[in-house]
Amino acid sequence: MTPVDLDPRTAPPFPQAALPILRNTQLRKNVAHATDVILAKRARLVAEKTDWQQLRTAAAAIKDDVLGHLDQYLVEFEERCTAAGGHVHWASDAAEARRIVVDILRAEKATEVIKIKTMTSAEIQLNPALEAAGIKAVETDLAELILQLGDDEPSHIVAPALHVNRSQVREIFARRMGLAELTDDPEALTAAARAYLRKKFLSVDAAICGANFLVAETGAVTIVESEGNGRMCLTLPRTLIALSGIEKVVPTFRDLEVMLQVLARSATGERMNPYSSLWTGVTAGDGPQNFHVVLLDNGRSPILAHHTERQTLRCIRCAACQNTCPVYRQTGGHAYGSVYGGPIGAILTPQLMHMDHAQTLPFASSLCAACYEVCPVKINIPEVLIELRAQVVDRERKQAARAFDLMYIGMRVANSIFASAWRFRLAQRLGRIALRPFTRKDGWIHALPSLGSRWTMTRDLRGFPDQTFREWWASRPKEKS
Amino acid sequence: MRASLFITCYNDTLFPETGRAVVHLLERLGVALEFNPGQTCCGQMHANTGFRAEAFSQAKRFVHLYQNAEAVVIPSTSCVAMIRDQYHGLFQELGNDALRQQFETLLPRVYELSEFLIDRLGVDDVGAYFPHRVTYHASCHGLRGLHVGDRPFRLLSKVRGLELIPLENLDRCCGFGGTFSIKNAEVSSAMLSDKLHDVLSTQAEYCTALDNSCLMHLGGALHREFAATRTLHLAQILANTQTDPAEGAA
Repeated sequence: MTPVDLDPRTAPPFPQAALPILRNTQLRKNVAHATDVILAKRARLVAEKTDWQQLRTAAAAIKDDVLGHLDQYLVEFEERCTAAGGHVHWASDAAEARRIVVDILRAEKATEVIKIKTMTSAEIQLNPALEAAGIKAVETDLAELILQLGDDEPSHIVAPALHVNRSQVREIFARRMGLAELTDDPEALTAAARAYLRKKFLSVDAAICGANFLVAETGAVTIVESEGNGRMCLTLPRTLIALSGIEKVVPTFRDLEVMLQVLARSATGERMNPYSSLWTGVTAGDGPQNFHVVLLDNGRSPILAHHTERQTLRCIRCAACQNTCPVYRQTGGHAYGSVYGGPIGAILTPQLMHMDHAQTLPFASSLCAACYEVCPVKINIPEVLIELRAQVVDRERKQAARAFDLMYIGMRVANSIFASAWRFRLAQRLGRIALRPFTRKDGWIHALPSLGSRWTMTRDLRGFPDQTFREWWASRPKEKS
Repeated sequence: MRASLFITCYNDTLFPETGRAVVHLLERLGVALEFNPGQTCCGQMHANTGFRAEAFSQAKRFVHLYQNAEAVVIPSTSCVAMIRDQYHGLFQELGNDALRQQFETLLPRVYELSEFLIDRLGVDDVGAYFPHRVTYHASCHGLRGLHVGDRPFRLLSKVRGLELIPLENLDRCCGFGGTFSIKNAEVSSAMLSDKLHDVLSTQAEYCTALDNSCLMHLGGALHREFAATRTLHLAQILANTQTDPAEGAA
């Protein structure tokens, strides 16, 4: 297996990263099976909501209001959370967020910390920073535990170990937990994880979580989950740190009515998440007494400035776009070189990187728009993809090296051809002549050189016919009009 | 009624038989067709690859050429989707008020072929005869961009002799995606492989669609495999009658 690199600054370009995965039969089978199961559940539960489209519209409107007044809502959240006994920290980038978290845990003299699944912590690469500071991070979400013990990386936003099947889980658990007799029966596997984790829940005094929503009106933080590990982490330790992207705030408690409905149905195909935890600051004698929220920017606020791209920040990380994406279905998440794979990752990652990295991601889509159709907050992902492609091209075309790039030359030539009908007619004729040596007697092209070989590697191409449509039209006898 | 045919650059060059079929079909239905020889491309390839300025100049050209047309018929869902979904944004960013005005008045007169037949002409039975097993591939731009809905099925259901075989995973992309099929050729081919499996499972003689770009992709792979299924634009099925079989579709 090629090592997985989810750092967009160093990850290989998408087409290159996808190659070894396309040869990984097991992974492709796992991804296709898992996404089919979630999609079917989602479709069933969405179908039972007669007001699904209105819910989507409402969810998008709530998030647009948030993004239009983010400064107000974040300050309001900070005030309410602080008044309730929480501590709010502002982190402009990943390094600052890591420093804040490490400092809090050091002050608590923590040597171990239990974690609920948080993609944001993976985004800022928190675990290696904790390890460097001598703090052992223990993932308590079943999928994250599988990945941690298997030295693997998340490939899906909601089900991070979606690319791993249960016989692979058995192998990892048996090896890392010393359980040679373990079977791949799901109950046996979860029982093994439970026994392993229970000790941690009862002994570790600090926890890190993400946030599904922050409520500005009350200062509450919301976490939804399926396994109960979250509830353990949120209630048992003395110190709790919630790491949240700044876009996760919603104005009022009432907004959760909409958001929790669309999230559960879109993410896991459930009417409601099995565990929905909401808490506000600190309650004396009950739950964590030392509560921190880290508000992370890390490339988010520049996205707000752009009219088209701003909708990217509506995302509530449900992964419905990943599940429905025909590209993700083939490659899984690792090919995207970021913790955020699939269509949302293809637009979010390059923007978080200020378009300096991950420039192949906006092109990693056939623009089929299946993502837009399922998105519970109506992010028009194809529209953003096209906008980002234009930004990549605007930047690249100024580079001297692109003067010899066949794609750029071809696009410029094509534009000059399309600018006049006579040039187009001439190009049609020249094209016919140029392709003749490659065209077999049956009228088909089986192999082309250069860029054309990217087509003919798996598909034939019909040779240019002897007569274009416009030539045929011109040859028709003139009729009375 | 009169209508102007925008054949699209790739149909003009690679699939003239689709254009001829559209002409036969619409003239049979009493439409007086015009062909503006100035037409080239709608700009989709440039727009979707990130070449915005180039796409804009082609979009502007389209609007200028067709501003006086009574109706514009386009036998390609993706080109119509380009016009409906992207021209507005391009003109907003790079155009002026006059151009935007011209476009807004033109837009309601732009029809994809199945829309033109059902919405404008009000026919779903075009008198076609096609005694073959056929499966229909729903191009993404037709399905989710134009929402053509049941229009192609209504048209196909009225074709005499035609046996329509449903295609599994109808809403899944074939992997073409324009320059995606070159830039991400391997992933595109993997998607195509899944689609071919579904198409071949129907054991249909023909796989039809409202867009030759998907069919070029599917057809290219079917040809490579010497498969028994061929691709055929819906216009070529509809043009076919008992007394006048369409070329290449016998």
